[in-house]
Amino acid sequence: MSTSKLMDMADAISRWVVDGCSVAIGTNLETAIPFAAGHEIMRQEKRRLTLIGPISDILFDQIIGAGCVRRVQAAWVGNVITGVGYNFRRAVEQRMISVEDHSNLTISMALQAGAMGVSFLPSRTALGSDLFATNPGLKFVTCPFTGQKHTAIAAIVPDVAIVHVQRSDVFGNAHAWGNMGITREACLSSRNVILTAEEIVSTEMITRDPNRILTPGFKVSAVVHAPWGAHPSPMPGHYNRDHAVFLDYQTQSRTPELFASWMNEWIRSISSIHQYVETLGDAYLSRLSITHHDYSEPVDYGY
Amino acid sequence: MDTDTTYTRSELMVAAASRQIADGEVVFVGMRLPLLGFLVAKSLQAPNAVGVYELGIIRDTVAPEPILTMGDLPNLYRSQWLADTRDTMSLLQQGLVDVSFIGGAQVDRFGNLNTTLTGSSLNITTRLPGSGGACDLACLAHRHIIIMAHEKRRFIPKVDYITSPGYGDGKGWRESVGLVRGGPSAVITTMGIFAFDPETCEMVLTSLHPGVTVEMVQEQTDWPVRISTKLSQTPPPTRQELSTLRRFDPDGYWTGK
Repeated sequence: MSTSKLMDMADAISRWVVDGCSVAIGTNLETAIPFAAGHEIMRQEKRRLTLIGPISDILFDQIIGAGCVRRVQAAWVGNVITGVGYNFRRAVEQRMISVEDHSNLTISMALQAGAMGVSFLPSRTALGSDLFATNPGLKFVTCPFTGQKHTAIAAIVPDVAIVHVQRSDVFGNAHAWGNMGITREACLSSRNVILTAEEIVSTEMITRDPNRILTPGFKVSAVVHAPWGAHPSPMPGHYNRDHAVFLDYQTQSRTPELFASWMNEWIRSISSIHQYVETLGDAYLSRLSITHHDYSEPVDYGY
Repeated sequence: MDTDTTYTRSELMVAAASRQIADGEVVFVGMRLPLLGFLVAKSLQAPNAVGVYELGIIRDTVAPEPILTMGDLPNLYRSQWLADTRDTMSLLQQGLVDVSFIGGAQVDRFGNLNTTLTGSSLNITTRLPGSGGACDLACLAHRHIIIMAHEKRRFIPKVDYITSPGYGDGKGWRESVGLVRGGPSAVITTMGIFAFDPETCEMVLTSLHPGVTVEMVQEQTDWPVRISTKLSQTPPPTRQELSTLRRFDPDGYWTGK
């Protein structure tokens, strides 16, 4: 008999994100970014984290700005619709954090190597680039069969992957849909997985559609009920992207002083995702709701 | 030609980018202006083009509503395939992507692009966002098109860091480092369009945007600009191109003044 892994966000972050650990987060690139979990990491003032991700949008910039990070292993850190991530830029230029530069393909394959239990995987990308100069996890290798040059990408095994999904049962069996980014390999390679979910549902509802399950439930360490937990990023099946937040963040992060006041308003004055949702209010959030629903046909898994 | 005389420089660049896409091509669609360029091409001369997005999205139809970024839910709606980033990159690595578009902060005359850092890796002056998928696109697509602002501090003899390889130091370089195909085929700037000389792999100015002179381009380029013997003027966006791209960017977020 399985035991429930359902806990509140503060407990999940406190228990599974410890100072100095490595965290894969923001693995869907633009959709389903676990902002609520990231904000709890900032609230608990975690320190010396390694952040792992692809194109990571502004959550990385926020966690770096809060002083939680020592190292980044990622393909891109910034604000997708405006460009620069000011906290990231300042932290690198002031030698506060180090960066291992990946591309979207190399970070995916680093996690895939971890997921497959091998120490590296080969690729044809990055040859001739300077990524080799700023990422010790990339080396040249010659194919033993063809003699062709390849890039060897060292495995990355994160201590924890944090992923936001549409629905999960209390044991970590979860449905995720939409574009998947590098989420599947991040979950499979990580030592622990924290799932934050829009809805907590029955095991029956999940197992009736096992092709839609993200990762085996036994890989999951914690399940957190976090409706709107990906706001302001878009969540397929639930809400659209809140562009205004990303546009405003460009100004709100431009100087350390402006970012400190953003932190006071949106991290320190807020205790949980539930208070965050209350603060934004129904009228505000309803503008983001999906209005054009499009349900798929059920499929038959019977025998 | 049926043209509208009131258009922005960004609209001209989107139209120029869209004309680089031929019907039936598989296009790896990047952020910003290329997002619109693909939608315009798909709506006009390339109805059978397929769009591949690194988020793990493949589309053979245009999104039903305007999008600001590729992760907007209308861009997921009735996709040809919703998948993993690795799946889209696998198509690219196999050689199934014809063309891709990338931007940059610095470029040199061989089309090497930098979006990572200025200064040096041991003494960073300015940290930029990084590769994203750009390095993969520059290495693995059959060709890629560079879109960027034309300024002297960006068009420099040697980039500080190669994020996305062009032709390295010239002909034969890509093969020598192990790249199996590809390279930049055009650079669309705020001032004109460049191609690459097949013999030397150097950037050659082939087209000037309306109102721009060779002298103005040289002024903003920190190497002696090579000029094509067939130098022409970039055709302004047609009324049809403008009305199409304004339908996809109705508030002018990407292409407004």
